[in-house]
This record gives sequence, C-alpha cells and structure tokens, in this order.
Amino acid sequence: MQEQDLQLIRNIIVRAKRWDAFFGVLGVFALMVGVLTFAALFVDMAIQGIPRLDGDFFTSFPSRRAGQAGILSAWVGTVLVMMVTAMAAVPLGIAAGVYLEEYAPKNWVTDIIEINITNLAGVPSIVYGLLALGLFVYQFGFGQSILSAGLTLALLILPVVIVATRESIRAIPQIIREGSYACGATTWQTVRDHILPYSSPGILTGVIIGMARAIGETAPIITIGALTFIAFLPPLPGAGEPPAGLFDWLFAPFTVMPIQMFNWTSRPEAAFQVNAAAAGFVLVLMTLAMNGAAIWLRYRLRKNIKW
Amino acid sequence: MNLRKNLIAAAVTALAAGAAAPSFADALIKIDGSSTVYPITEAVAEEFQKAKKNAIKVTVGISGTGGGFKKFCRGETDISDASRPIVKKEMEACAAAGIQYVELPIAFDALTVVLHPSNTFAANLKPEQLKVIWEPIAQGKITNWKQVDPGFPDLPLKLYGPGADSGTFEYFTEAITGKAKSSRGDYTASEDDNVLVQGVSRDKGGIGYFGFAYYIENAGKLKAANIWNGSKFVAPSAQTVEDGSYQPLARPIFIYVNAKSLERPEVKEFVDFYMKEGAKLTKEVKYVPLPAAIYKINAENVGKKKLGTVFGGVPEVGVKIEELVKRETKS
Repeated sequence: MQEQDLQLIRNIIVRAKRWDAFFGVLGVFALMVGVLTFAALFVDMAIQGIPRLDGDFFTSFPSRRAGQAGILSAWVGTVLVMMVTAMAAVPLGIAAGVYLEEYAPKNWVTDIIEINITNLAGVPSIVYGLLALGLFVYQFGFGQSILSAGLTLALLILPVVIVATRESIRAIPQIIREGSYACGATTWQTVRDHILPYSSPGILTGVIIGMARAIGETAPIITIGALTFIAFLPPLPGAGEPPAGLFDWLFAPFTVMPIQMFNWTSRPEAAFQVNAAAAGFVLVLMTLAMNGAAIWLRYRLRKNIKW
Repeated sequence: MNLRKNLIAAAVTALAAGAAAPSFADALIKIDGSSTVYPITEAVAEEFQKAKKNAIKVTVGISGTGGGFKKFCRGETDISDASRPIVKKEMEACAAAGIQYVELPIAFDALTVVLHPSNTFAANLKPEQLKVIWEPIAQGKITNWKQVDPGFPDLPLKLYGPGADSGTFEYFTEAITGKAKSSRGDYTASEDDNVLVQGVSRDKGGIGYFGFAYYIENAGKLKAANIWNGSKFVAPSAQTVEDGSYQPLARPIFIYVNAKSLERPEVKEFVDFYMKEGAKLTKEVKYVPLPAAIYKINAENVGKKKLGTVFGGVPEVGVKIEELVKRETKS
C-alpha cells in the first residue's frame, strides 16, 4: 500500500518534471525566435557591410558614385538631432513624471492623463511626423531643420521617458518620503534631495532606451521632409556669430542615418545596397552602444545608493 | 510679479521671433521634386559643390513631382524637379502665390516595359496590347496572357508598376490608356523601383514598367519589350530615344526654376552649370541627354527669363524636343 503511494508520487513528480523541461524548451524556442532573427539580420548586414567600412566611409559625403559615398553628413546630423531630442525630452519627461507621482492629486483627471500617456506610447510614429509637419515646420516656421526633427523625436520618446521616470520613482520605498516629510521638508525638497537622486538610474535607462528608439526612426523624419541629398555639414553648435549665430545649427538642413540608408536602398545600382548595409551596421552599433551605456550607468549609479 | 510676467512674455516673443526668422544665411539652393529626375540633379549638385569648394550649399529632396510642385508654389524651394510638365492646378497655385518660373527640359527618360527573361512571346508589344492589359476595365478580368492576344500562351498575367503619386505612372497611363492616372488598380504598386525589379524578375508571367535607368542596371534579370511606334517595333536604348523612334514611351523631364530665385547669383550659377555639364552627367547616371543645341537654347531662355510653360497645363505624349523648346510659353 505504502509502496504504491510512493510509486504514484514518483509518477507525479516525473510528469511534473517532464512538463517543466518541456516549458523550458518552449521558452528557449520563444527566446530564440527573437534573438536569432536579430542575429541573422545583423550577421547578414555585417557580412555585406563590413568590407565597405573604412575611414573614408565616415568622412565622406554622399555621392552618386557608390564607392566614394560616405555617411559624414548622416552621422553628424544624427548626433545633432539626438542632442536636440535629449535637451527637449529629458527635462519635459522627468518633470511630467515627477509631477504625476509626487504632486498630482489622485483623481479622475490624473487617471485620464495617465491613460493618455500610455496610449501616446502606442501611436504610430508617422502620426508624430504629420503633427510635426503642421506644427513645427509650418506653424512655428522652423522649416525642415534639425530643430524640427529633434523636437519631433522628442515628442515621440516623451511617453517612454515619463513612464520610465514614474516606474523608478515608484520603486523608492515610501519610508524615504515619510522620513523626509517628518523632518519638515517640502515636496520639492524631498524630490530634489531624495526622489531624483535615487530614481536617476532608472530614469537614465529610460531616457537612453527612448533615444535608442529615436535614433532609428525614419517615417516621421521623412514626413517633415528630410529625404534629401545633403553634401555639407550644418554649422557646428556655438560656431556662429554670437548671440544669434550660436543657434544657426538648429535651423540648418540635415539628413540622418536611417534616411541615408533608405536613400541608398532605393537606388538601382547594387553597390549602393552594400553602402546601405554598412550604414545599417553602423546604426545598429550606435544603438547597441547606447543600450550598453544604459546598462553600465545603471550599475554604477545603483552602487552609490545606500538606504 | 507684473514685471516678472512682462519679462517672461518678452522672452517668449523674442524666442518666437528668432525662430520665425531662421538666420541660416549661407548661400543655400533648395531643390525638391521627382525621384526620376533626382539622380541627375544630385549628380549636378555634387559636381557643382565640388567646383565651388562647398561655398554654395545645395539640398536635393525627393517628394515626387506633385509634392515638389506643392513646395515650389509655396516658395519653399528654388528649383523643382519634374518628370512631367506642370499641370493646370499647379500653375494656378503658383500664380496665386505670385511664383513665376522658367521651364527647362534637361533629359529624356524612356519608360521601359519589362518582362521575365524567359518571356519570348511578348518581346514585341503594341500600345494597344498594353492598353488591354492596363486600362481600368481590365481590372479583375484580364488575368491571363492569352486574353491579351490569342497567340500568347496560357500563363497568369502578373502586373507591377509605380504608385499613383508618381510622374511615371501619370505619363504611362496618359500614353497608353489615353488619360492620365487612368489605370487598373489590381497590380503590385510600389514607389520603390527595386521592388518592381524583384517582382518581375521572379515571375514568369510578370510585366511591369519603370524608368530606363532601372532597367539598364538590372538588364541581366529582366527583358525589355520592343514597343510599336506606328511603323516598327523599337527597343528602348539611348540611341532610339535620342532619334525619336522610341515612342510613345519616351518623355522629356524637366527642372522648373523660380524666377525670383534666379536673381540670386548662386542660383543663376547653378542653373548655368546644370546646362553646361548636364549632358555629360545625364549620361553618367544612365539617362538619355537632350541634343546639345537644346541645352544652349535652355541657357538662352534662362538668360532672357522666358517665363511660364510651353504645355499650358495639358499633358502631351510624343512631342519632339526641338519643337518643344521653340514653342511660345503660356503662363
């Protein structure tokens, strides 16, 4: 009798373990679909593109001759546009996130705002492009400039930054706030001295992930009219005649990496497809570097926090 | 408190004013428009900037012929690339905004009808047969090659062509069905000609059309149909386009220069450079240049600012280029 029970339990354990192993395999398979897809694309692009990567590729302007064409105006444009995006999205996103977590009364208005921010994160990027075309390019008269593009992408990643800010603020234990208030600190003092420093690793990660998304965006930038042959550099920030000339670069025409790739892939000559692969490889490396920096910064900043 | 408010208001106004008047004042020539004309203008822009040691900056965008004219008639661009003449609606938009322009034909483009390389039965095609294939009433009905001609084999007919915003689409439909933009809709449409190349090259019963430059780059994967010009079947080539025998699918392509921009020395210089170097660069990017005399007449027209279009806003098929440049303009 006892022997039988034992046998039954063993059987159950074996079955449970089989399911366990089965799910493990299923999980690995699910993971591999994503990882292998990326790996295959990346390797394919690397094999095609790496032979094309040399110093000249980074220091040459686009050209009608595939062999002489480079990505100088594209990567400089990308860096400048990203600067504008960061300068706009970071303060706005963090301020909005802090307000929603620490200041906003918990009522239906706040609920509606929260739902809208979540929805905003799911709006197709082309819609941001159309909004930007009407608002920045025509209404504000910024034209097809670095400023328009940077602000468009800032809008695009704003929900990401807000959500990341809120998540990392929420991870701070309530006792920290209570301790601060108990000592007579105002909300702003609490935010400045405790909330922001402790949530900065998470916020930073969110910002960089948002930027990594923005760097590869093509559709909204094409919408505002950046599908363009540009064989010159915008004036460098701060290089013009002060005071007005300092901002010349914001209004300069520009092109960015994904647009340059798009331009090359739509050409008849096969040699341009190689250029596109090389540019894509560089773009993926830029994204990887940004994500890597995010992970590294998170580790470093977390180490400094001692509660 | 009040003072503070005023200060903020002043700061905001100053910012807005500064923003509204971009101070990027370097010599900059803005060009936008057709993707068909783009390779030529890009080549000219590249050489021009090299020749000027980058003192003059040129941007060349791709918005399509129609999109380009929209910007041009708002005064946003100095030059518009166009794969067809300006049409009535665009002329009116330009006139309303007070934009005057000089129209310059700069090259030929030959629309090429392409087939799968194994296709031998349709090597010679008449425009009437193309009409049977492409006209709107063919939609959903003409789905097999044997319906086009009883002599053709029983093979499913697969169609590839550019999307409805393209000047190529407008010209092809005008030339084949007799009415611009009148085409069946059940075909694989793409603005990216590489997609069309891939499609036709993998489809035994495939047929498509796009610019000659794309065909010549992919000549190994595709076969170009010879087109009946009224007296014989003619294959598309630089020579047959130039001597006018490849008809009705050869068309001139244009640039339109804003007359006010032309007063700026850098724009004038660029257009002169375009007329001088255009023929050589056109050949290099696999388009067919116009006869040398035409570029000279163009340069004269720029000099004396011959404003307006010679087409009067009505599309035309199969015009001789020599006749075209001598015509009086209607604006």
